[in-house]
Amino acid sequence: MENVAQQILNGLTLGATYALMALGLAIVFSIIGLVNFAHGELITISAYTMLAMRYLGLPWVVWALAGVLASVLGALVMERLAFRPVRHASPVTMMLTSFGVSVLVAAAFEIGISPRPRAIPQPGWITSSFSVAGLQLRAEHLLTFGVTAVALLGLLLLLRRSLIGAAMRAAAEDFDAVRLMGIKANAVIAYAFAISGLLAGLASVIIMSRRGVATPHMGLTLGLNAFVANVIGGMGNLWGAVAGGFILGFGEVALRAWLPASLSGLTQGFLFLMVAVFLLIWPHGLFGQKTAVRV
Amino acid sequence: MTAHAAGASRSLFSVAGLTTRYGAIDAVRAVDLEVGQGEIVAVLGPNGAGKSTILHSIMGLVRPAAGTIVFDGRDITALDTEGTVRLGVGLVPERRRLFKNLSVRDNLRLGAAARRGRGDKAADEQLLFELFPILRERMDQLAGFLSGGEAQQLAIARAIMGAPRLLLLDEPSLGLAPILVEAVFNLIQGLRGRGYTILIVEQNAYQVLEFADRAYILRNGRIAMQGTAQELREEDSLFSAYLGLGGSQPACDTAGAPAPGR
Repeated sequence: MENVAQQILNGLTLGATYALMALGLAIVFSIIGLVNFAHGELITISAYTMLAMRYLGLPWVVWALAGVLASVLGALVMERLAFRPVRHASPVTMMLTSFGVSVLVAAAFEIGISPRPRAIPQPGWITSSFSVAGLQLRAEHLLTFGVTAVALLGLLLLLRRSLIGAAMRAAAEDFDAVRLMGIKANAVIAYAFAISGLLAGLASVIIMSRRGVATPHMGLTLGLNAFVANVIGGMGNLWGAVAGGFILGFGEVALRAWLPASLSGLTQGFLFLMVAVFLLIWPHGLFGQKTAVRV
Repeated sequence: MTAHAAGASRSLFSVAGLTTRYGAIDAVRAVDLEVGQGEIVAVLGPNGAGKSTILHSIMGLVRPAAGTIVFDGRDITALDTEGTVRLGVGLVPERRRLFKNLSVRDNLRLGAAARRGRGDKAADEQLLFELFPILRERMDQLAGFLSGGEAQQLAIARAIMGAPRLLLLDEPSLGLAPILVEAVFNLIQGLRGRGYTILIVEQNAYQVLEFADRAYILRNGRIAMQGTAQELREEDSLFSAYLGLGGSQPACDTAGAPAPGR
């Protein structure tokens, strides 16, 4: 029983990370129809920024903030340099461009830093644990839940209350009609990328607090998982992406717990197999008939 | 055809030699038109005559191949859509293009983004509720759940929230029941006395000529006729031929129409 509760806790934590990632991917997709396979690389950019801050001997709060900021800037630069020139191209062209960006970023870290993993030792308090009702809680769990809750709530408020939020929801429906309101297309898109970068940056802080190691190719699997979470939730549906992220997180934790040790290397493979079966039943994902943002 | 801007107190807007192509096809050829401050001008013509293309060219949604578009003394031919809207040219697009997943309130809020500090926002809101009382009751509903008539009202209201100095209307009667068409036209007439300048594109020629000041008849992308609404009404049979209506059609009598917005 205790073990199950512990696994649920782990599922929630991992799910929250995937949800943040998937949400960022969904926002960009809902507005410009781009499946950004370089989304995971924002995590890499953020992680190496934190590594640099760590080398400079700065306190954790500063590197966490710098990591988030780097991810936001990374997203904005990607949009400006790589995706804006192909904005009116076919979805396939846009997707291939994002693959290109993904490969480029990973290669840059491999060549510029090192192909080998780099440890980013976390401050002691992050791994400090305490026991609540027989459950092993770590500060890292609280950090994950706190950050995710604030991010989701903040995004909800932004989309519902602010003008730019309304413009983003409107742009998911009819981009040209938003321009007819005198709202600049480039501004809406830049906001969407900035938000996707912000969410990826927050996810990166969480992931680093758990994993503590940066590698040049760490973004690939994470980006892929964000995509798969979107497919589960229904492409471009924001809250579907969140649900998909949690489902994926729980699925992964469950597989890891129950697969025999000899098959544990195939966790990811089994996970995607389950998603494939799910898609046979629900071809459009949980909430995906249309690509409109629903709040 | 000579330029003929009768009744135009001051030219607010003009198009000269506008040609817009879709691939090899000239959708619009060498079109000249002018709208004076405070006027209601109509561009009439059958389906496919190029009416919407003119509006799309003005809004920067398509690039004209030739010609110039001048608004308030400024050449806006190459200006992008957002810039044109910000200058004060508002479009009520064909088929309305409301944001269906957003509330009526959010639709109006986005409409107001175009005003850039022009005019008195509170007064415009007041005017809206006067002209479109039904919208006040629907503020928190999703625009997608409005009836056809309500949706058209919201589309016009959304554009008015942007405080346009020139309001372009693209086939506002399209897809509406006859009684609603009349209500929408009454609303547009209601805007006249309030200082709006309007360029309306319509297939519904007879009804529009009841309230427009002047009109251009467009056929196969060219201006075939132009004149004051009265002149065109008197040359009924001639412009019917241009419109491809094949003879006379009973002109809708709007004399006994109900008051606007009621």
